[in-house]
Amino acid sequence: MDFALNEEQQFLQQTVKDLLNDQCSLEVVRTDAAENQTKNASVYDALIQLGIPGTLIGENYGGVGLRLLDAALIAEALGGSVATVPFIGSSVVAPLAIELAGSDEQKDTWLPRLASGEIICGVAVGDHIGARDNKPISSTGAIVSGSAMFAIDVQDADLFLVAAANGELHLVEASDVEVKRLYTIDKTRSVGELLFENARSDNLASTSDQEATLAKVIGAGRVVVAADTLGAAQTMLDKAVAYAGERQQFKRVIGSFQAVKHMCAEMAAELEPCRSLVWYAAHAFDAIPEDARLTACHAKAHLAEVGRFVARKATEVHGGMGFTDLLGLHYWFKRIELNRQLMGTPEFVRNEAAKVQGWI
Amino acid sequence: MDLEYSSEYQTFRDDLREFLAEHKHLSPGAVAPRPAGREEKKDEPNPAQRWQQLLIEHGYAARTIPREYGGFGAEPDPLKNHIIAEEFAKARVRPGHSGDNRLVPTVLELGTEEQKRWLVPPSVRGEMTWCQGYSEPGSGSDLASLSTRAEVDGDDFVINGQKIWTSGAQYADMMFCLVRTEPDAPKHQGISYLVFSMDTPGIEVRPLVTMTGEATFNEVFFTDTRVPKNQIIGKRGEGWFVANNTLKHERQGLGDPHQAENRFHEIEALLQNENVDGEPIMSNPAHRDRLLQLQGRMLAMKYNGMRVLTAQRKHEEPGLPRWIIKLQGCELNHQMAAMAIDALGELGTLYHRSDHIRAGGMWQQRFMMDLGLIIGGGTAQIQKNMIGERALGLPKEPKIEDKPA
Repeated sequence: MDFALNEEQQFLQQTVKDLLNDQCSLEVVRTDAAENQTKNASVYDALIQLGIPGTLIGENYGGVGLRLLDAALIAEALGGSVATVPFIGSSVVAPLAIELAGSDEQKDTWLPRLASGEIICGVAVGDHIGARDNKPISSTGAIVSGSAMFAIDVQDADLFLVAAANGELHLVEASDVEVKRLYTIDKTRSVGELLFENARSDNLASTSDQEATLAKVIGAGRVVVAADTLGAAQTMLDKAVAYAGERQQFKRVIGSFQAVKHMCAEMAAELEPCRSLVWYAAHAFDAIPEDARLTACHAKAHLAEVGRFVARKATEVHGGMGFTDLLGLHYWFKRIELNRQLMGTPEFVRNEAAKVQGWI
Repeated sequence: MDLEYSSEYQTFRDDLREFLAEHKHLSPGAVAPRPAGREEKKDEPNPAQRWQQLLIEHGYAARTIPREYGGFGAEPDPLKNHIIAEEFAKARVRPGHSGDNRLVPTVLELGTEEQKRWLVPPSVRGEMTWCQGYSEPGSGSDLASLSTRAEVDGDDFVINGQKIWTSGAQYADMMFCLVRTEPDAPKHQGISYLVFSMDTPGIEVRPLVTMTGEATFNEVFFTDTRVPKNQIIGKRGEGWFVANNTLKHERQGLGDPHQAENRFHEIEALLQNENVDGEPIMSNPAHRDRLLQLQGRMLAMKYNGMRVLTAQRKHEEPGLPRWIIKLQGCELNHQMAAMAIDALGELGTLYHRSDHIRAGGMWQQRFMMDLGLIIGGGTAQIQKNMIGERALGLPKEPKIEDKPA
């Protein structure tokens, strides 16, 4: 029984953190945000050098062949630095879907190119996580039509994974999709609306149960979104503690006032168990299938709640400065807020957790 | 990350299950019955003491206490402790004990050889039971300001003063107690740690009825109570250091995530089995969502506990994941009891063996008792100070004074 990260995992996460600290500073994020840039080419190239896009892709396809827990550790680092790069869609949900439901030919075609970072794959599963203004995606064989909202990793995407209303999974090349960018509060992430009009698709039909595959990859996406929130919230907490230990009022550092100290303690007390929840849910995806779906729902929902709590309290600890653009705390605040709604809102995924447990 | 148990531990678990299946009928019941009053005690070991002895012989109680002091004498192994706790809970069999989980480790660590032989073996056998004399009416969170005095007179300390919040004082054989022996020293350096029989003349125990309607706690009054000078653990004036050792052991118990997990399953069953307007409560999405929120918190605390256990096995300091357990665990238990009561609605207010009461008023009792546990054993606010200062490194509040009033 060993519920801890091994040395390789700690090293992997530290390597990504170091890279981002070095190359994806707040100033870089600010510049990207001002230019509506959600894929910073030099940061993404550096991540490609580390093999990050191929984290979950098998070595036989040129990837690293790691597990979802490793992807979660990377996502945590990306969230921690509010990094302006694709990951959750292009490097987690899409390769897993192709791996689980694709034919050998489809895998040969797409996985090496995703692993090498040569192509980016946007992901649209909106019909299955609480459809809003979507026109349901219909499919007949290798043709899809309809629209999908809140597709992720859409900027510069060469390929799109889209889940049809009937649960089928399709790959559509960018030339057959109209992409409309959606502007959210979070300027560090790429979100868009996809319009398909009798688009030619590559149907990932090599599995008997596409819906189960879809549920599985959505679960993986939820865990990784939760990990991104964990990283973002941890950075906000760290910044709040540092500020409280430095800022003086009434001739004392404000962190010596219990009103401020207790806010920091509450954030830490809420956030620290979230780390274990994310680890467990990620580990369950690969090793404990009977727990995977339920814990993915809970990781997503609970991190959404705690993330919002930390984002708010950490901002308050900074006083008026927390509210300004000068400190840039709002980039983390907004990323946490977008994560909360992505891949299923807390209420939606908890309802799913009720179904998974047979309560309804 | 590997959540499988190695064969050593699997064997340990299998053996324990076999032991429980075979000997379960000898267990005096999952819940400790109210102990007999001190005067009613007999010389013969009672069923609880015989059960304890059987558990010690098999290494399921007092595991790490050395054999020479009546224990099983095994090397510390947090994972085996965890398996023991899990299997006893699953089998609903009364677990063993290690004498007193605050006093015994303290004596073993800081007592003299004579004190260890005097106090540890009978405590481990369950023949010597303990209560803790720490808090006073004027000294709660600021425990070090305590003012119960012990003055030296010949070969004795003579104690005068009052303790409060003393659990089990009406049943216990002995008390471990903090007294001020050096009134002129700074407050943390003037305290001594004494042990004495509750039969010592000059001790009066008065039950303290709490909001639950029961007297779980007591007030204890000392009037010229004489305790021999050699019944001090550690040196004169070092009692604060000795007591912190005890508090370290006490805090480990509060907020246990297993309790929250058991409660969650109880509430799940409650929502499925209780009906409102002929429909199970589980069909109400508001109640369901609330239960799911608590389930998420419960799981996070459960896995956090696994992380702490892993660190302890590797002899690493678990740090923040352990600092938060008392605060978060007690709060979660309270919220769970609150949720159960709200699911019961008006039925959740029934008390005193009323008609229609559910589970004997268990949730009502827990709801109130949990608030006591949020306050006791270091209040939630003191816990937040400790998390802020020790785990996050924030500065302490500037001190106003250092001497007792």
